[in-house]
Amino acid sequence: MLTQGAPTHRLPATDLLAMYETMLRIRRFEEMVYYLFLQGDMPGTLHLSTGQEAVAVGVCTSLRATDFVTSTHRAHGHAIAKGVGVNALMAELFGKATGCCQGKGGSMHVGDVRVGAVPSLAVVGAGIPIAAGLALAFKLRKTDQVAVCFFGDGATNEGTFHEGINMAAIWDLPIVFVCENNQYGASTHVSKVMKVANVADRAAAYGIPGVVVDGNDVLAVHEVTVEAVARARGGSGPTLLECKTYRHGGHSRSDPGSYRPEEEVAYWKTRDPIKLYREWLAGQRRVGEAELAAVHVRVEQQIDDAVEYARSSPDPGPELAIRHVYWEGSA
Amino acid sequence: MRKLTIVEALRQAMREEMARDHNVIILGEDVGIEQGFGGAFTVTLGLSEEFGHDRVIDTPISEAGYAGVAIGAAMAGMRPIVDLQYADFIYCMMDQIVNEAAKLCYMSGGQVKVPIVVRAPVGATTRGAQHSQTPEAMFMHVPGLKVVAPSTAYDAKGLLKTAIRDDNPVIFLEHKLLYGSKGLRVEVGALNPVGEVPEGDYTVPFGQAVVRREGADLTIVATLLMVYRALEAAQRLAAEGISAEVIDLRSLRPLDEEAVLRSVAKTGHLLLVDEDHQACGWTAEVAALVAEKGLAHLRAPVKRVTSLDTPTPYAPTLERAWIPTPEKIFAAALELVVNGSTHTDWRG
Repeated sequence: MLTQGAPTHRLPATDLLAMYETMLRIRRFEEMVYYLFLQGDMPGTLHLSTGQEAVAVGVCTSLRATDFVTSTHRAHGHAIAKGVGVNALMAELFGKATGCCQGKGGSMHVGDVRVGAVPSLAVVGAGIPIAAGLALAFKLRKTDQVAVCFFGDGATNEGTFHEGINMAAIWDLPIVFVCENNQYGASTHVSKVMKVANVADRAAAYGIPGVVVDGNDVLAVHEVTVEAVARARGGSGPTLLECKTYRHGGHSRSDPGSYRPEEEVAYWKTRDPIKLYREWLAGQRRVGEAELAAVHVRVEQQIDDAVEYARSSPDPGPELAIRHVYWEGSA
Repeated sequence: MRKLTIVEALRQAMREEMARDHNVIILGEDVGIEQGFGGAFTVTLGLSEEFGHDRVIDTPISEAGYAGVAIGAAMAGMRPIVDLQYADFIYCMMDQIVNEAAKLCYMSGGQVKVPIVVRAPVGATTRGAQHSQTPEAMFMHVPGLKVVAPSTAYDAKGLLKTAIRDDNPVIFLEHKLLYGSKGLRVEVGALNPVGEVPEGDYTVPFGQAVVRREGADLTIVATLLMVYRALEAAQRLAAEGISAEVIDLRSLRPLDEEAVLRSVAKTGHLLLVDEDHQACGWTAEVAALVAEKGLAHLRAPVKRVTSLDTPTPYAPTLERAWIPTPEKIFAAALELVVNGSTHTDWRG
């Protein structure tokens, strides 16, 4: 059952359905790329966000197209939720010239600035002050934009977490810090590396609000983000949101996650955010079964098309290796 | 045309660029505090009064943090100047500069640019090992960065304007003994290279070295304070009948290869002088350049005078032993030209 987010269900049915579709798109995209990896078709490494889709979707649904997000090595969900096309994303993972970063980024560096997704940064915590910098520019330029910075629980022990949030706080920057606490930094449980119970408790050190939310409840995430974004856009400064969630798989492609108790994994799978949301939607009776079924068909088709698009796309030519070391001008 | 110190020239460059482009901002520690220092070496003095605290932004002591803030702001259209108190603290920013700023354009497939300038005061000034380094080599090594090192007031202004207008991250080295600032921060052993600086707009392009003294017998390549020490050595060499050409690289990445090769073709002898450590420093890069493209010009092996491959010691006597001095440069040049030339068959 979804435990929070009651006011959010006032959203139009089309929005509720769109949120479901985006969560499903992320899920099926990642299941597909993992399958392709196991098949030996997908190069590189993968960090899947399976089980964490409610955070990406709940947050990004609260944003305008002109707002910006920064992301991490676990970036597919944030990119899709902010509007990066699955064709360009799939092509990027295949290392194709048609990828969102022309095949030069890979799974850990995906994004499209045209939709407000900064190509993701894969050094843990590095994006936190950078996102604050985006927000500083928005404030100085009086653009009314908001920056959202996604990071994991592991990043909250980096110095950049302290430095970046502190500066955002003292300057009242228009930013929302979103910690996806999936409870493990690679194989290390958060309780081994943090003395306080909640990441959000650390907000007190910076004089900003810290909010804990059920990260598997897309409506609850959406609701607290709407409030935090309004606060940021209104000039009242940052908020630290902690979304408690869980990744269904291991840290990266080759990690079976055997350091986690079986009961723990099983429990969190009963709290699968997509399953919970679908049950809630069914109970609301505002979105019909036929519509939900149509979403599934559409998403399957999109992902299949994306694979076909990526496979049939050209490899980048070797001349691209020496391009873009320095800025070459707007495309 | 007015005569300015390097501090005054740098300040004038920033003032003019801030007036010219409202996206230019300064971020750093103690840069805009009223009745404060104007940064560690007075370079930003008066700018916050002129442009306000929204554009001359006093940061917490958070080097990694404000480097990251500058990168983010740059991606969103600003042109931040990052003020470091001492170049040594740039290592706190290492991930932000090397992994983020230098790579964002590349790994995004050319989607984003990061126009930041990191101003870093370098040089040994009896402050011990952590306030003395000249860490240019670290950054020359990184694709995506540019590295410049002015030694005159004219170049300081012209290169800083070029750096601010450049769409890429630039590491901008300033030597503490060349600032020539009066009053607040007079450095022991400082030179005062006051020079003529045009008021108003001009730029000095990156990648162009300059010949500071013409000569026929050997080429001395140097940067920053070492340019002046090389010139002093060259004067003494002249008394010995040896004519030294002194090249000031000014720009380390991009590097003016042609200027070095052209001079070596003329003199046949190459002496490289750097205040940075020797291992993997720019002297190694320039030596490799000449080995690859100009070996036939050399009449003797390349010689290098650098600081020792040790941390910077504090005691003035030890610091003098550590750093290249005019005496060491003179002795090395003499040996290179006199002894080097006696080994006409050095290539075996």
